This record gives sequence, C-alpha cells and structure tokens, in this order.
Amino acid sequence: MTWNKLPKLTFWRAVLIVILAAGFYSTVLRFVKGLGAATALTDRFPWGLWIGFDVLCGVGLAAGGFTLAAIVYVFHLERFRPILRPSILTAFLGYALVAVALLYDLGRPYRIWHPLVMWNPRSVMFEVAWCVMLYLTVLALEFSPVVFERFRLERPLRIIKMFTIPLVIAGVLLSTLHQSSLGSLFLIVPSKLHPYWYSPLLPVFFFISAVGVGIAMVVFESHLSARAFGREIEVPLLEVLGRAMAVVLGIYGLLRFQDLWSRGALTYLREPSTETVLFCLEIALGLLIPLPLLFVRRLREGPDGLFAISVLVISGFLLNRLNVSITGLEYSAHAHYFPKWTEVAVTLSIVGVGFLLFALAIRYLGVFESEAPQPAS
Amino acid sequence: MLKFSAFRVLPEGVAENFIRDIVSSASAIGDAQSMSKAILVDTTKCIGCGACVAACKVVNGLPLGTVDGQKDPVPTTLSDNDLVTFAQSHGEPGGVLSAEALNVVETRGAVFVRRFCMHCLDPTCVSVCPVGALRKTAAGPVIYDADKCMGCRYCMMACPFGVPRYEWHVVLTPKIRKCTMCAPRQAKGLQPACTTVCPVQAGIFGEREELLAEAESRLKQNPASYAQHIYGKEEVGGTSVLYLSAVPFEQLGLPANVPHDPLPMYTYRVLSEIPRLVPLGSVLLGGIWWITNRRKEVREAEREAGKGK
Repeated sequence: MTWNKLPKLTFWRAVLIVILAAGFYSTVLRFVKGLGAATALTDRFPWGLWIGFDVLCGVGLAAGGFTLAAIVYVFHLERFRPILRPSILTAFLGYALVAVALLYDLGRPYRIWHPLVMWNPRSVMFEVAWCVMLYLTVLALEFSPVVFERFRLERPLRIIKMFTIPLVIAGVLLSTLHQSSLGSLFLIVPSKLHPYWYSPLLPVFFFISAVGVGIAMVVFESHLSARAFGREIEVPLLEVLGRAMAVVLGIYGLLRFQDLWSRGALTYLREPSTETVLFCLEIALGLLIPLPLLFVRRLREGPDGLFAISVLVISGFLLNRLNVSITGLEYSAHAHYFPKWTEVAVTLSIVGVGFLLFALAIRYLGVFESEAPQPAS
Repeated sequence: MLKFSAFRVLPEGVAENFIRDIVSSASAIGDAQSMSKAILVDTTKCIGCGACVAACKVVNGLPLGTVDGQKDPVPTTLSDNDLVTFAQSHGEPGGVLSAEALNVVETRGAVFVRRFCMHCLDPTCVSVCPVGALRKTAAGPVIYDADKCMGCRYCMMACPFGVPRYEWHVVLTPKIRKCTMCAPRQAKGLQPACTTVCPVQAGIFGEREELLAEAESRLKQNPASYAQHIYGKEEVGGTSVLYLSAVPFEQLGLPANVPHDPLPMYTYRVLSEIPRLVPLGSVLLGGIWWITNRRKEVREAEREAGKGK
C-alpha cells in the first residue's frame, strides 16, 4: 500500500484525461444537439460504432465471466478460482458499460425500460434486451460477495453463497442465449449482409467466438493485472487456458470454413474489394495465425507468448464484429460509414472508464481471492 | 396461408405452440391479407410530375419544397378536390426518401419510379421492433406508434427495402418516419393522398387481390410493354405495394436479391428454439454440477478416511 495522497501524473493518466475531456464534449453534443450532430449515422447507415463496437464487442469481450464461472463452479476446476473474481468483475463492468453505450445510441434513452412492459417475442432485440438486463443482475449478484466481504456483512454473504450455483447456471444460460442472439440480430438481413458474413449459422459463430475470446480475455487481463499490480502470473493455469483456446478456435475455424465453402462464399475472394481485404485480415488475425501458434508448446507455455496470441485472437474477434455490423453492410447500403471523432471519443471514454473502475475495484476490494480471508478448498 | 406453410419447417412441439399463441395477432393478419388494401404502381404510366409527392407532404404536414424560389406554406386542411388541384400544381419530382419526404419520384434512366413503404404482408420491421411500436393492420397499412418507440433503429437496419427514415436532428423526441399508406385517411373511407392526386392513374388503390388480377391482365394484354413480373407479389412473402415495369426491376432500384419467404421466419426459426433450450440447458448444467460435485465429495471423504487410518 504505497500510494501517495495525490496521484502522480503518469503518461497513461494524461491520456485518460484527454480522452475523458473529449468524451465529455461529445456527450454534451450528443444530448444537446442530437444523434445527427454527434454521429456520422445516416438513414442509409443507421447503426455505427456505438452498436458495432460498444455493444457487440463489449458484450463479447465480457464473455470471460460466464466461461470462467462455468469452469469453476459447474465443472469444479477449482484451481481456476484465483482468476474467477477479476473475470466476473470485468464482465460486470463490461455489461454495465454496454448499457451506458446504449443510452448514447438510443434515440430516446429515457425509454430504455420499454421492453420490460412492451413485449414483442418475435424480436431478437427484445430477447437480447431481456437477457442483458437479467445477466447484468446475475453478474452484480455474482460479484456482490466481494463487496459484502469488504464491509464484513456476514448475513447477506451467507445468503448469497447459498444461491451461487443456481445463479451461475442462470448466468451461463443467459450468456449462451444473448451471445448467440447478437448474431441472430443479423439473420434478418440476408439480402443486405455480404456473403462472407451472412450465414444461417451466425448465432452459432457468435457464441463459439465469444467463448474463444472470453478465454483470450482472461489471459489478457491476468497478464495486465499481473504487470500493473506486481502479482505473479499463474503460468500453469494460463497454459491450460491456451489449450482450451486452441480447441475452441479449432471448432470455430472448421465450422466457419465448412460454412463458407458450402455457401460458395469463397468465390468472392477473387474479387479485390474492401470486403475481401477485411475478411482476410479478420481470418488471419483471429484464426490462421493464432491457431498454429497455440500448438507451439514454447509459445503457449510462456506468459508473453500466450499474451501475444490472445491479443491476436481479440483483434480478430473485434474485426469480425465490426465486419458483421458495419463493413459487411456497406455494399448493399450503397453508402460508406466512417465514425465521427465524437463517436470515437465516446467509445474511448467508455473503455477508459472501464479500465479506471477495474483499477479502483482491484485497489479497494478483495478482487484477487487469494488475498481474501477464506481459501477455496 | 403463407405463415402456416412456413411454420411447418419446424417439428410440431409445445414450444412452437407457445410462441404461436403469443404472436397469434400476426397469424390473424395472415388470414385477413386476402382482403386488405394495396397500391399498384405502373411505372410505364408515370410521367414524373411529382403531384403524389406534394400530396403526401400536405397530408403528413411535411415542409414543401421551393417553387419559384419561394417556400410555400403547407396548407393544413384541404378538401379532396382542392388537394388534387394543389398537388398537381406543386409537383415535386426527384428527391430522396427522408424524414421529410416519405414518398419520392426517382428518375432511373428514362423511367420514373415512386419509392415509399412497401407495406409487406409479414413486415420485417414489425417483427424486429423490440417494443412492438410497428404494426401491420388488417386493412393493409404498416403503422407506427411513436409513443412506444425507444429509437433503437433496428427497423431501419432490417428493412429489406431500406424504407424507414429517422429524425436525426431532433434531440429529445426523434421519430421513425415512413409512409402509412394514409391509414388515417383510409379510416375515414378516403384513398391515400398519392393515388388520389395522380393525373394519369400510374398509382391505383384497391383490394390487393383485385390489383393483382389487374396487373396480370395488363401483363397479358401488353406483353411487349412489360417485364413479365409483378414486383411485390411474392417478394419477402408479398407486399401491399405492387410494381409493374418495362425494364428489369433492379434498374429501378428495387432489390432483386430479396428472398420470397417472409424475412421474420429467418429469426423466428432460431427464437422458437429458446423455450426448448432453457430447460434442456438447465438440466444439463445442473447435471454436470451434480456429478463433479459428487466426485469432489467422494474424493474428500476418501482423504478423510485415509487420515483416519
């Protein structure tokens, strides 16, 4: 505990301040002048960065929470417990920030509660809205023991521990449903989404890639927190995660190529187009480069090697979500979309706030359970 | 009947009936469709005068374009006769669909083509709206309830014809805007404004079945003047706006690659699995937990027993 009363102005803190200042200006612009002034969105391109990145990528990157909760509680792989809490914290922050991003993107944010009382069960968006609301609640409950421990609230702690297993199972189910449903959102545009990305299997791809990126995010976070907080990296744990990542990526790759092949979408590779470039980049970053590397034992077992591989998988994942929600739709919309700087500023601010809250929680709450009083088994 | 043949893609099951009950309103529309109103647009007749555009703006209270460099004030109440006179003298050809122009006349080569909401029989926008702000009425029009809308714009994303528009510069209460097939006028027993004022009957209003028969007979009587296809008869399961053309419809900007099934089926097939998936998943996960937990308990008991010796 050696931190000064006045935080020092380091490089990253300065960057954060600049981002938050830009984000503040953009926020004012958004809520005073409207979506038209603050975004590059148009009638031809009604969804942009805030949906493509903040929502689709945000939810995906938070997938480490349910993946690890299932590993520890349902499969009883107790040795993963030390990295469970940081993953649940990331997931909770991720989902909370997705909700914040939605408040920016919705034309009438004050009606975000409407799906609670106005139902349309035929709408994928309706299902996503319910799942995200419920899962955010589940995550808050899953994380609540950390807060109860911190403030020594014994009774609520005992009550919540009784419900751990049903909560975790509900969380895994809700995640499975809405991770895949984010893909189903785009099933409705068969004539608009480029054949590289439109597939009846979209919900399956979204789910499997979310599990894959969930694992990659656990590696990523463990590495960063280890560096930032001077903790030791759980190398043997990460090695197992590396192997799991290889399996998930392998299944994803097989299905994806089988699907591309059977739909004849690979013939578009002969056309030099923006879509082709971005498709190849996505597949290379997220699949073709990291997958073989995961089979190199030296890389998989070294913390830096595995970290680098995870960064690749995460970039490939981000590119995939942006391709499905933005790039893949440009050709049919006959329009080009590039976000305004104010959109980017809001997105970066949301990410920045996420990092900030994560660091604060680590500092003031017993997130790393090994520091908490009672050990697991 | 289209709906039910599509439902048969799925095996009969409890889950399916459950969902079908919830969405039964949509199936009821399916039965009423044969008796619903529609518009037939014959692009070979359109002279591009833009009277329909002006009439549309008048009845929807939208700002009229400039005529002779002057912005005309929008007349608020006009008798139908006055509407015809006014619209024909204030024609506005050209333009693009926007929150301030719900019906436009585009020039495609030598052809004029009106673009406005297609009023699909099983509308994509209605199925995707999470709060049910859009609705297909039995009378034909697809209408919008701004009081429900939260502005997610999924309808704009999903519409295969790219029709819904947004009030991007309205800060607090932005709305989706699109043609309503003059549902308020229809409720009063009037035709839509656009077909009322058309000087050459390029757009006509009537029962969908009658208009389809009329279109068929035009194709038969003048086979040389038409591409032998009625656009909207089968596209996305059928629409309440039908088009005839001399040139391929793609040249008019009407998408040729839309499927002939209603698009809501594409997501419905997946959504209808959910009531089945949830209990199955709970049992599966609960079962795995029980087994692994039991194994852990046995292991611990064995360790205890080992210590005891």
